[in-house]
Amino acid sequence: MHWLVEPGFWSNPVVTTALALGAVVAVVSAAVGVVVVVRGQSFAGHALTDVAMAGGAGASLVGAAPLVGFLLAGVLGGGSMEVVGAERVRDRDVATGVVLGAAAGLTALLLYFVSSASSATGSTQSVLFGSVFTVSPSVVPLGVAVAAATLATLFVVRRPLLLSSLSPELAAARGVRPRAIGLVFVVVLAASVALSALVIGAILSTALLVGPASAALRVARGLAGATLGAIVAGVAAVELGILASYDSFYWSGAHRSVPVSACVVGVVLVEVAASALWSRLRRARG
Amino acid sequence: MGCEPLPEDRREVVHVHRVSVSLGGRTVLRDVDFRVGEGEFVGLIGTNGSGKTTLLRAILGLQAIAAGEVLVAGRARRRGGPVGYVPQRVAFDHDVPVRVADFVALGVDGTRLGLARRGRGVRARVDEVLASLELSALAGRRIGALSGGEQQRVLMAHALASRPRLLLLDEPLANLDLPRVHETIAVLDRVRRAEGVAVVLSAHEIGPLVPVMDRVIYVAQGAVACGTTEEVVRPEVLSALYGHHVDVLHVHGRVVVVEGEAGDPGAHPEVVVR
Repeated sequence: MHWLVEPGFWSNPVVTTALALGAVVAVVSAAVGVVVVVRGQSFAGHALTDVAMAGGAGASLVGAAPLVGFLLAGVLGGGSMEVVGAERVRDRDVATGVVLGAAAGLTALLLYFVSSASSATGSTQSVLFGSVFTVSPSVVPLGVAVAAATLATLFVVRRPLLLSSLSPELAAARGVRPRAIGLVFVVVLAASVALSALVIGAILSTALLVGPASAALRVARGLAGATLGAIVAGVAAVELGILASYDSFYWSGAHRSVPVSACVVGVVLVEVAASALWSRLRRARG
Repeated sequence: MGCEPLPEDRREVVHVHRVSVSLGGRTVLRDVDFRVGEGEFVGLIGTNGSGKTTLLRAILGLQAIAAGEVLVAGRARRRGGPVGYVPQRVAFDHDVPVRVADFVALGVDGTRLGLARRGRGVRARVDEVLASLELSALAGRRIGALSGGEQQRVLMAHALASRPRLLLLDEPLANLDLPRVHETIAVLDRVRRAEGVAVVLSAHEIGPLVPVMDRVIYVAQGAVACGTTEEVVRPEVLSALYGHHVDVLHVHGRVVVVEGEAGDPGAHPEVVVR
């Protein structure tokens, strides 16, 4: 095993924190991601990462924890996206695109201020690409609390959420309020994006949200199975990514490690490719 | 051809009372008034764009009404009332991870928040509805993998799962071939008797419905005309209704509707046996 896990991996407290927080975040992202894919809201999920990025940049400008900035901006941005929200898919796409562009512009502006203020060196890097190795242990309880609240909310609304995702018209006829459910879900989504921004950075959090979910959806037949599969795939991606990033420090020879986010996204891509191959083989066999 | 009163032995399930609906400033339905009784099979007949869908949505509470009121089982209409709805088209993506049985179960508990697992009662009801619509063999399949006709049958099961008093179907026959049309009608007729649910079904052709319908509600130019099948299924009425010649033949106690004349371009003679 020595060749696989470089020395000090299990005994390093930074790694232990990263593994634990990473697993929690992966579970939330995967469970939320399944619903995102079913609802066809991947684009909105990505727009929320830009909004979260602006919040993270703002937070580091005022010296607050990035998670707080990610969360506040995501909930506000996502909420307004949903309230303005259009019924037609194309209008929704346009509204999302406008929010995305505005948020990215705001991020650029805030990061410019951040990088000109010498006190916050390195925060541009951590807002954009995150690093679970640099997460302050004091943020962990907040992260776990947000994760628990997010999962609980998702679980409580799961049936009306699924029905209104399948057909807003049928849901409305049955007495569900699709707009209200949509608003609840976008807040859940914002919280999930904020959490994964912490681990792999805002830019790449879409990968952790949509990747494991879409891989599992290709393989599983029912929703429960897909959610379980996405959780397994998501946790595996984060844990393996952390391990690979840690090991790369020893492997490269130059003693420079590959960032965690790149490693996690790499594993996610392998999972997505494998599931695509698997479903193609299954279809070929009939 | 009055819309009132109900047949003597029927209790009222829905009363559309002098309802008017405007869409974008245009009056689509004007002063529409009719009732449907418990367990009745009613055909809502009209050409495309005549307001059939709008009328169904008004009953469901999905469409705002400009005047009048809709009473469902004696109470003002509200979303989530005892009404099942089968829209004309629900496009499920091929890879939606929802099995037929789970989707039908959402017809019962799809509005419920909470932590509790799906109860045994719900699952028993799902099995029952699937069996009565001859869908048991599809229970474990993904809904997106089914054919259009199968999906529509599943939508019916979803709508019936909560034991509604009234089942509204929007053009369920529009995309089916003729054998499927007759099969669907036969299944609906059996289910409404078994479950005691009133069926209001919109269609642009009256022919295939003649054997099972109790009454016809005809929608044209924003108004409705109603009557029993015997009152409406007559050559002079049907010819006026379709705008071309229709024959109604009585052969050995059966009613045969022959639509369109020989050589009439686009005419497709249709035979309905009663």
